Amino acid sequence: MVRLRSREESRIPGSPSSRFWPYLIPGFLMLLWIIIIPAVWNIYLSFTSYRGIKPPRWVGLENWERLMKDATFWVSFRNSIWMIVAMVVIPILLGLLLSSLIFDVVQKKFGAATASTMRAVYYFPQLLPISIASLVMGWIFRPENGALNALLKAVGLGKLQHNWLGAPDTALVFLMIIMIWIQLGYPLVIFMSGLQRVDPELYEAASLDGANWWQRFLVITLPAIKPEIFVVALTCTIAALKVFGPVYMLTKGGPGTSTIVPSYYSYTQFFQTQQVGYGAAIATALTLVVIVVSIVFTSVQQKVEREDEE
Amino acid sequence: MSSSSMRVQARRSNAGERAIFHAKKNRSIGDWAILVLLCVGGLLMLFPFIVLLLNAFKTAADYQSSGPLRLPHALSTAGLMKFWSRVNFPQKVWNSVWISALVAIFGVVLSMFNSFALGIGRVRGRRWIILLIMLANMMPQEALLYPLYIMFKGINLYNSPWAIVIIFTVIQSAFGTYLLSSVYGTFPKAILEAAAIDGASRWRIFKDIVFPISRPTLSVMLVFFFIWTWNEYMIPMAFLVDNATQTVPIAISSLSGDRLMDVTTTAAASLISLVPTIIFYLIFQRTLSRGITTGAVK
Repeated sequence: MVRLRSREESRIPGSPSSRFWPYLIPGFLMLLWIIIIPAVWNIYLSFTSYRGIKPPRWVGLENWERLMKDATFWVSFRNSIWMIVAMVVIPILLGLLLSSLIFDVVQKKFGAATASTMRAVYYFPQLLPISIASLVMGWIFRPENGALNALLKAVGLGKLQHNWLGAPDTALVFLMIIMIWIQLGYPLVIFMSGLQRVDPELYEAASLDGANWWQRFLVITLPAIKPEIFVVALTCTIAALKVFGPVYMLTKGGPGTSTIVPSYYSYTQFFQTQQVGYGAAIATALTLVVIVVSIVFTSVQQKVEREDEE
Repeated sequence: MSSSSMRVQARRSNAGERAIFHAKKNRSIGDWAILVLLCVGGLLMLFPFIVLLLNAFKTAADYQSSGPLRLPHALSTAGLMKFWSRVNFPQKVWNSVWISALVAIFGVVLSMFNSFALGIGRVRGRRWIILLIMLANMMPQEALLYPLYIMFKGINLYNSPWAIVIIFTVIQSAFGTYLLSSVYGTFPKAILEAAAIDGASRWRIFKDIVFPISRPTLSVMLVFFFIWTWNEYMIPMAFLVDNATQTVPIAISSLSGDRLMDVTTTAAASLISLVPTIIFYLIFQRTLSRGITTGAVK
């Protein structure tokens, strides 16, 4: 049956799309209050000089000009790229590998209980509040009496002892390791739930045809969980660009500016140096970057979904 | 119509179980190698937790003399008691529980309303509407702090847990809308058509068909929203200045600045703070395995 689908039609026959608007009203009002008004307010503040006491004074583009020339600002965005590697790229690749191994091998050969235990173990760091995860990790990597240094000493590698999060050469790498540890469970759980949707007979048939694990992964697993990959990639990229908690609690952006990220930089301007206008400019710039990334992402997603439909 | 889709699912899972039953018998060396590798990885993931466990029940003196990796000489609950009484732990847990539970419920309901219009209603400009809603997720939270502080102070909700409930309902429902509207976009059309032929109104389809069939996805969202809200840090820290209204993560982080707290107390505190989340996870982990998009039977 070939029928052209009009753009105005909902998925319920006989119900025009326009009749669905009322369902968006509560969400829109809440969004207006909590997000849109503060966002506009923030943009306004980025054009002012405001130190929190006297009312904001309009200064035009002054904050934005300063931002363009601010080396720390650019360093913070370069670190954002490293955060994307640690919070998006590596967890997704590892998550794909682990979820399909757990789903395709462990669950089949060792039973569902073993598989769900595995999943719980890898998901565990996701359950930790950032404040606790940071506290524990900070303590493991700290120079005196830290667990890692104690471990190195115990196995006779005492020479390698280091101030892992406090030295400029290792701070960023160890922050990244901590972020991978925190993030990994999220793609893993979402990918595994997506895999439940795949018909097991498909795997069975592929195995009978002599497809090995890798071929099954490429042909069945990967296409099946494409929607989940998009959701995880977008939400994790946004989280990586906005990352604040671990930096605030573990390194405070230091030593120097070696682990500074935009969110933390704007926080220091807002609440430590009380340059609210400049902090607002950094936060607005960060929001813009996040919006552009999201638009690009959803465009690609839509294109892929449309291609799949055809 | 839902009974037929249930039958499809039942048939599938039978076939799956049969396949598993047959495959279980012939485990190859490769299978064992994969299991061992996954276990080693799992141990690395749990290492920090093991370190916590080793030190939470030590005395401060024991820690000083033997370091973080040895077993405690004797089990001591001194650290635990010190933390428990100092921060009034049960009160903090209760605050976290009800704030997170309300956010999870409200967030799911709000996401459902949005997604019904976007995924099933296919309203015009839905892509831009989703992006606008996602702004709640995209805005860095520190950018929201000043305006929200001033607004909530104006309506006398500053330092009230209700402010946290309202703010995070909006923030969590942004992710919920993004996820759920794409799930509803693939909602089985046959079911919707059958309902329309039966003359069901939009509201009835929403309440009696879309809601029950998408329940697996909704429960996953519920679990995520609860845990995410439980773990939130920056906004609760800024809004809940009063000791009696604070949540668990805020109580924990206040320890790191407290000079009277030693390492073993901090370890004990971290450990005990994990208990409620772990219990919650264990209760709901079946929900997670049932899947995020299983509502959509293709």
